[in-house]
Amino acid sequence: MSHVVSPIRETLVSGGKSYHDVTNDICKQVEGAPTKEWKIAFGVSLVVFAYGAYCLFWTWWQGIGVWGLNKTVGWAWDITNFVWWVGIGHAGTLISAVLLLFRQKWRTSINRAAEAMTIFAVLCAASFILAHMGRPWLFHWALPLPNTFGSLWVNFNSPLVWDVFAISTYLSVSLVFWYLGLVPDLATIRDRAQTKASKFWYGLFSLGWNGSAKTWARYEYVSLILAGISTPLVLSVHTIVSMDFATSVIPGWHTTIFPPYFVAGAIFSGFAMVQSLLLITRVVFKLEDYITIEHIEMMNIIITVTGSIVGIAYLTEFFIAWYSGVEYESYCFVNRATGPYWWAYWMMMSCNVISPQLFWFKKLRTSILVSFILSVIVNIGMWFERFVIIVSSLHRDYIPSSWAMFSPTMYDIGDYIFSFGLFFTLFFLFAKFLPVINMFEVKSVMKGVSTNYPFKKKQGGEKSKENVH
Amino acid sequence: MAGHSHFSPANVEEYFEFTAEGRKRIIYAFVAGVVALLVGIYLLSRGEGHEVVQAAAEHGAEHGEHLSGGAVSHHGDYDWTNRIWANVWLNGVYFTGIAVIGMFFVSIQYLAKAGWSSVLKRVPEAFPRFLMITGPILILTFILKGDVIFHWMHHGITDKGSEHYDKIIAGKSGYLNFGFFLGRMVVFFVLWLLLWSWMRKKSIDEDLNGGTTNFYDMVKIATGFIVVMGISSSMSAWDWVMSIDTHWFSTMFGWYMFSSWHVTGLATITLTVLLLKDKGYMQYVNFNHLHDLGKFMFAFSIFWTYVWFEQFLLIYYANFPEETIYFLERWEGHDKLYKATEILNVVFNFFFPFLVMMTRDAKRTAIFLKICCCFILVGHYLDFYQMIMPGVLGPHGGFGLVEFGMVTIFASAFIYIVSSELTKASLVAKNHPFLEEALHHDI
Repeated sequence: MSHVVSPIRETLVSGGKSYHDVTNDICKQVEGAPTKEWKIAFGVSLVVFAYGAYCLFWTWWQGIGVWGLNKTVGWAWDITNFVWWVGIGHAGTLISAVLLLFRQKWRTSINRAAEAMTIFAVLCAASFILAHMGRPWLFHWALPLPNTFGSLWVNFNSPLVWDVFAISTYLSVSLVFWYLGLVPDLATIRDRAQTKASKFWYGLFSLGWNGSAKTWARYEYVSLILAGISTPLVLSVHTIVSMDFATSVIPGWHTTIFPPYFVAGAIFSGFAMVQSLLLITRVVFKLEDYITIEHIEMMNIIITVTGSIVGIAYLTEFFIAWYSGVEYESYCFVNRATGPYWWAYWMMMSCNVISPQLFWFKKLRTSILVSFILSVIVNIGMWFERFVIIVSSLHRDYIPSSWAMFSPTMYDIGDYIFSFGLFFTLFFLFAKFLPVINMFEVKSVMKGVSTNYPFKKKQGGEKSKENVH
Repeated sequence: MAGHSHFSPANVEEYFEFTAEGRKRIIYAFVAGVVALLVGIYLLSRGEGHEVVQAAAEHGAEHGEHLSGGAVSHHGDYDWTNRIWANVWLNGVYFTGIAVIGMFFVSIQYLAKAGWSSVLKRVPEAFPRFLMITGPILILTFILKGDVIFHWMHHGITDKGSEHYDKIIAGKSGYLNFGFFLGRMVVFFVLWLLLWSWMRKKSIDEDLNGGTTNFYDMVKIATGFIVVMGISSSMSAWDWVMSIDTHWFSTMFGWYMFSSWHVTGLATITLTVLLLKDKGYMQYVNFNHLHDLGKFMFAFSIFWTYVWFEQFLLIYYANFPEETIYFLERWEGHDKLYKATEILNVVFNFFFPFLVMMTRDAKRTAIFLKICCCFILVGHYLDFYQMIMPGVLGPHGGFGLVEFGMVTIFASAFIYIVSSELTKASLVAKNHPFLEEALHHDI
């Protein structure tokens, strides 16, 4: 890749870092003893995890009757949480695969954490599949395995089965992609290791990486192939999740725009989650020189674009519901906006469509505090989006005598809390034991984007900077 | 660093010369198109193939319910001249797409701050000039012959007392009515053209005066255009194409038509660059840039397929009669008149680009790219044919001299207009802040 970089490009690594500084700054966390902040945060996550685990245990022990589901609303928080987590799990692979294909250099500082987050989010999503199976020990029945029950197969016509394939493939490929990206960095840590134990463990997992030109050449090849495989995968996952709804004949669910609109929404919420996590990580681990305002701004722009795409999809659905002249469809949408679940609908609208428009102001999208608050708001909104789609479509079905409302029990809430405990426990473990920033990738782009290479800043560089603001 | 440059930016200015010979050829093509069209019209007026049409029409009448509410379902109103207007509409929409995607492509490059494409941005930048032709054509066709294209414009269709009254269509009249429709159409064209000419002015000013002010202005214009396009692309799809089959609806349709426009525009950009290179221009556009264009064509062909297939799958799966009718009409309606095009549509627009452009080498080889561009251009013409003709013409559709003549007229006019637009500015935007990056582009 060429190293000619236009002088008007923003720097992506500030503070005049050298290659050695990068290694030091990022290995520091892994090599040092856990900090007090980390211990507190990890401890809290464990407590949350333990409480959630109790609720989940009780759900399994008693059956899903402990949830607030009724005969009209047969799907509520379980599937909402599932879709929400799967959606969040989109950003990592999107950042590492799609942005790699688009040669976006700014991805290098954030892809590692984003990929890790993806994997944890997909695990959280999977926990809801297991949770609502009722008999989780028979989860393998979701797979088309040869069996002794006669010709008993899964229903291949069901999008839920497609989901099993899509998500398990996605999890496997994301895991491989993430792990492969870790190998050169694990080797760096191995080579610096002081203790026998870390030499052994990091050595084991770095697969004998020797850093030769040939190794690197193979490595580059494999990453490109994996990026190529991941790109259609990342799009397929939420496409198929959307089909869980769109193939049905429920008003508000059967709409052809669902697949791309779900994908856009997933990228939207995924980026928001990456934003939330990185804004915390950069402060806690003092990584301000690597995760710069430029990175934050880029992510905010993506959040605005995808939020607006989602907004167009909302309006399209609403419009076509009227345009179609189909009574059920029109009623469903009017009911969403003005019926008993109006608050959820407007929560979704204001969090997902209206609030990201604040990022049109450069001042707001480069403000760390605003970025953080909005990234959280977006994920609240995306949770409500799924809740609105699922519950508001179901609660008033074709027979008015069956109309009902849904109210969550403490086990609905507890199982959701479980997923947070799981997510943050895993994330903090990752942040402690693995390098949160991809060292070698940051180094590979530094020549063009670091302040340590002032010869890049030709004449006019300063002048153009003024124009940016 | 200067040592690595293939040439210094000072002498990159290069002007396209629209030679008398070139003009003559395009005019000949245009005249040939007109002749073909006139002969086609003559044959139509004589009722060429009348028996076949009659048989198909009767067949269609038996299965009257196998229609998704297009203008042709208005029995007895069909006139042989309708086919001419249907073709004007088809080509008008198709070429409007190519022209507006020129602006869309440039805008995306500015918005994403893409460096590699700065070297070829003058090519897509010339396309939107053609909106000045297709805009008036579409607007006039709508005003004069809208009732031929759109079922909802038929007289009395929304009047309760009328024998033509259609309750479903009457329900849509708040959106589908002459004034509002025309207003939207005019607004879209005006906005597209205004933003384009503003962008174009800045772009040429950048050549003259340098600096980065124009660049940042263009980023802003591009952003504005993307917002406009985000809304207008969906609405124009509902208006100009989806409302032809007035009863039918699909939330995906806006993005479906847009994806078809988009990949057609990308193929046109690639083909234009390749043809300019063949003439000795734009030698600084090398295989790395072509590779990227090839990747775009490959990726967005898949994207089109994705959108097409999801729309089909969800409608097929849910199996609502009022939605499946759209595909049934194209698959087995009108004596299977549109079945072959439906199959070719997927072959040309998915299998062909997918398989041919899969490898790296194919995307870096001019002849492969050219063949693929041609398939995509023909394929998406067929895609629009499938979107428009069954609703407007029903059993009276077909491929004859009228179709070939009309598309030749539009294509030669497009080439003429774009060629003369290309002469108005240097083929390379010499003061583009990312030019140096693009010249060193190496993948």
